[in-house]
Amino acid sequence: MLLIFEQFLNGLQIGLLLFLLAAGLTLVFGIMDMVNLAHGSLYMMGAYFAAVFTEWTGSFFLGAALALPAGALLGIAVEVIALRTLYTRDHLDQVLATFGLILFFNELARLMFGAGGMTIQTPDWLQGQIMVLPGLPYPSYRFLIILVGLLCAAFLYVLVQRTRLGMLIRAGASNREMVGALGVNIKQLFTLVFGLGSALAALAGLMAGPVTTVQIGMGDNILILALVVIVIGGIGSLPGAFIAALAIGIIDTMGRAFLPNILGSFLSPSEASTLATALSSMLIYILMAAVLVLRPAGLFPAPGR
Amino acid sequence: MTDLLTVDAIDTFYGRSQVLFGMSLAIKAGEVVTLMGRNGMGKTTTIRSIMGLTPAARGHIRFRDAEIRGLPSYRVAKVGVGLVPEGRQIFPNLSVKENLIATASNRNGSAQPWTYERVIELFPRLAERAGNMGSQLSGGEQQMLAVGRALMTNPHLLILDEATEGLAPLIRLEIWHCLERLKQAGQSILVVDKNVDALTKLANRHYVIEKGRVVWQGNSAELQAAPDIQHRYLGI
Repeated sequence: MLLIFEQFLNGLQIGLLLFLLAAGLTLVFGIMDMVNLAHGSLYMMGAYFAAVFTEWTGSFFLGAALALPAGALLGIAVEVIALRTLYTRDHLDQVLATFGLILFFNELARLMFGAGGMTIQTPDWLQGQIMVLPGLPYPSYRFLIILVGLLCAAFLYVLVQRTRLGMLIRAGASNREMVGALGVNIKQLFTLVFGLGSALAALAGLMAGPVTTVQIGMGDNILILALVVIVIGGIGSLPGAFIAALAIGIIDTMGRAFLPNILGSFLSPSEASTLATALSSMLIYILMAAVLVLRPAGLFPAPGR
Repeated sequence: MTDLLTVDAIDTFYGRSQVLFGMSLAIKAGEVVTLMGRNGMGKTTTIRSIMGLTPAARGHIRFRDAEIRGLPSYRVAKVGVGLVPEGRQIFPNLSVKENLIATASNRNGSAQPWTYERVIELFPRLAERAGNMGSQLSGGEQQMLAVGRALMTNPHLLILDEATEGLAPLIRLEIWHCLERLKQAGQSILVVDKNVDALTKLANRHYVIEKGRVVWQGNSAELQAAPDIQHRYLGI
């Protein structure tokens, strides 16, 4: 039982990181109808920025505090220089161009930070464990990821549901032309949203950095997962992205942890382990296929699309 | 007195096919002017051209003595044009109150700006639905919301495109009544509609268009005295 709860927390942690990435992706896709594959690069650059700034300042938190605005500025620069010209093009052009950006950023990281990868040093007090429940120790840093992820989700909820900017973001996701015709500079609004999304991607990257390694291409795999998240959640929908991200994080983690045992109870050990490996990496795609069959627009599609 | 809006010989295209052929019209401050014609003759395209949503390729559009042809739609809105679009196009995922305040602005410094409270006073029905989502409203309520939303940008000119289309007769009356009140308050209005009887009572002048150009213009008395025009171009 404790093991299940621990794996649940692991799944939650991965799910929240995914949500940070998917939030920006779904807003960009929802408002501008723009597929941005380079979102994973912003995640990677966020991690690199944090690694460099942490080394430079000697403090993880100062490093993170510097990496966030750096990530936002980088995102805004990418939007103004490269993406702005792509909004009116079709999705294939956007995919090709932003795929080019992935290659560009991977090479840029190699030139700037070396091919070897970097580690982010967290403070000592984050390296231990805390008791989340009596008898259940859990790594402090992973717990911090969960806290930060939940705080960000709450922040986004308030921003989108309770502020004027949030109203415009939601209105833009359902009818961009009308928002413009009522006097709102939708390009400017979008640059702002893109900067916000980039900061969130950078935050996800720098939070993941100490757990994984900061390396070239670290954003590529998680980008695929984030795309699955926004498809399941419904494009343009933050609540959808939140629920889908948690579901994917938890199902993926639980599948990898428990499928071998479950299958082992009625299959031979070698068959069970082969099947479990195959199945657990397929689980989330099976989930996506099922959701698409039942609800082609995702769980919570933004209305008007 | 100079015109508030002058549309001067504009040509507008959808892709390669031309929809407007030297379309012209003018509205003075405080006037209510209509644009009439059968479906597909270019009424909505004229409005989209004025708004910069489907930019005119040639000609001039002047608003308060400044050229606005070629401006993006948000800048046209900012100089003081408020649009109530065809099909209402309220934001379905925003509440009624949010629909009204999201894009609200008194950017032209009106002395008695439209506020949420004043719009609610004009359309008391919306108060009951303030917390409902846009998608939950009836057609008539959506139309009131669309008018209120445009008013809250405090425009010099209010443009209504097919504001009563598909509405029940009683709701229609309510909308006309509201436009009458706006006119009395000095609001300049450009209306696209097919309801000649109601429009002749409300409006000062009328433009009848066919195939992308004006074929008749005149005041309400002249329109009423010209049944042949009504029959030929409006199908009445």
